[in-house]
Amino acid sequence: MFARLRNDFPILDSRIGESPLSYLDSGATSQKPQCVIDTFTEYYSQRNAAVHRGAHSLAVMATDAFEAGREAVADLVGGAPEQVCWTKNATEALNIVALGFDRAGRGFGGPEAGRFALGPGDSIVVTEMEHHANLVPWQQLAQATGAELRWLPVTDGGELDLTELNSIVDSTTKVLAFTHVSNVLGTINPVETLVARAREVGAFVVLDACQSVPHMPVDFPALDVDFAAFSAHKALGPTGLGVLWGKTELLNALPPVLTGGSMITTVSMEESAFMPAPQRFEAGTQPVAEVAAFATALGYLAEVGLDNVLDHERELVRILLDGIAEIPGIRVLGSAENRIGSVAFDVEGVHAHDVGQYLDSQGVAVRVGHHCAQPLHRRFGVTASTRASTYLYNDVEDCRRFLSALAEVRPFFGVGEVTA
Amino acid sequence: MSTQMQQLYQQVILDHSRSRIGNSALRRDAADGPHGYSHQVNPTCGDEIELETELGSDGLIVRWTGDGCSISMASASVLSELAAESTPEQMLEIEAKFHELMHSRGTMEPDEEALGDAAAFTGVSKFPARIKCALLAWMAFKDALGQAQSSLEEK
Repeated sequence: MFARLRNDFPILDSRIGESPLSYLDSGATSQKPQCVIDTFTEYYSQRNAAVHRGAHSLAVMATDAFEAGREAVADLVGGAPEQVCWTKNATEALNIVALGFDRAGRGFGGPEAGRFALGPGDSIVVTEMEHHANLVPWQQLAQATGAELRWLPVTDGGELDLTELNSIVDSTTKVLAFTHVSNVLGTINPVETLVARAREVGAFVVLDACQSVPHMPVDFPALDVDFAAFSAHKALGPTGLGVLWGKTELLNALPPVLTGGSMITTVSMEESAFMPAPQRFEAGTQPVAEVAAFATALGYLAEVGLDNVLDHERELVRILLDGIAEIPGIRVLGSAENRIGSVAFDVEGVHAHDVGQYLDSQGVAVRVGHHCAQPLHRRFGVTASTRASTYLYNDVEDCRRFLSALAEVRPFFGVGEVTA
Repeated sequence: MSTQMQQLYQQVILDHSRSRIGNSALRRDAADGPHGYSHQVNPTCGDEIELETELGSDGLIVRWTGDGCSISMASASVLSELAAESTPEQMLEIEAKFHELMHSRGTMEPDEEALGDAAAFTGVSKFPARIKCALLAWMAFKDALGQAQSSLEEK
């Protein structure tokens, strides 16, 4: 099945210089199947109108497309459509939660929002493997409220070190925010264990699901998380669209931070009342064509089956890991067994930027740098790494091209040769 | 191997990236002459350089430490080599020429006499993502030299 899928992605036929493209940077953004690209044309040529206003037929069609997108997300990750709030990206979704907590502490949202208020004596817990998007907003919240920021460390093997879980997440903890899957290491974290501890101490759980939702089956209600965030563009969808998912009662209590049109019930010159979720978080004109295209992407993913995607990626990452192990001077960051098809590594004596440049000259696209996870790189004693990340359209040939180019990197830069 | 790669990674660049001129411990407040310091970071990749300039009695001295790709480290090395044989004013002229060359998208012939080994970076200008790597040390140098010159004027 997977060999056939590749043909659905026109960009994969590109050539980089003289080489065919091997795209191994889906952790940063995924490529799009033709059906997703076509949805943009179809939407703008047949259904475009403003949603949730206007009595004309096009407005109804556009609104239907917009709301069908919510249903497609709910079908994929669980819960009801009204638990799906559209955002600009996952970063915005996480900021909406952190800033909403800040507002709650300053009296916004009334007594219902009091549950989100933080202050001195409270703690916020994150992990050392967070993407900056799920770290910086919590640093800001700690700074704004006087709460203490704590973090769960990472082991040499690239997994969360939970030996001190019960003392780090304690009765002072109001928020436990962590990533489902590390964007650098590919490690899948034990959500159940962390949620169980959060429930014992009454902390809210915020899950960064950016690297899990596109690559494996995920069920937010079954995981019992309170809030979750992910982006469309990593899951075959367009850029400019993210999802904030939450428990209905909590979403309806959380004070919105982006206010204005389309999110209110009544407005006087003095004050306003807000709609329930999801509209309370969707001020202003929304990316309707993007939502329609994302619905197409989710339909495509559902047809392939995310359990199949995970199996496919695990086969590829095994080939990558076995192949890398045969190349001298390469250190893989993390060794978790429970992972998605992503692998980050350090090439001894060659900076990641130079590694990426060489691989690009052979048509192999990988990510280099700190991948928006500077603390995690510091934990492994490097400032930057190279990451190869797979998706459903990659094949064994991509892995082979990557490995053969990687084997040439140290010789090209004159590193690791026997010196006379 | 593509010719673009050979243009980017000239042998002289690879050599400088391995044996780095001027790469030595900073003296900071222990410096003898008027002195300036700059810390520059490339936020997209985390490359980092700390560079200081000292207006010594024998001329301009550059010391730096850094962590980054071969282009950024070689550029700092070449800069230090040029500084050792130039006055501050000459270095600012070289800096302007180098800056222009880096933004030329490969359309300029480098002034090899003025630029010395820095002319080898011509190929870098064809790789927009790498221009900042080549300029990182020069940004630090311009900043640090400005400070050294103002502290000289104060004295």
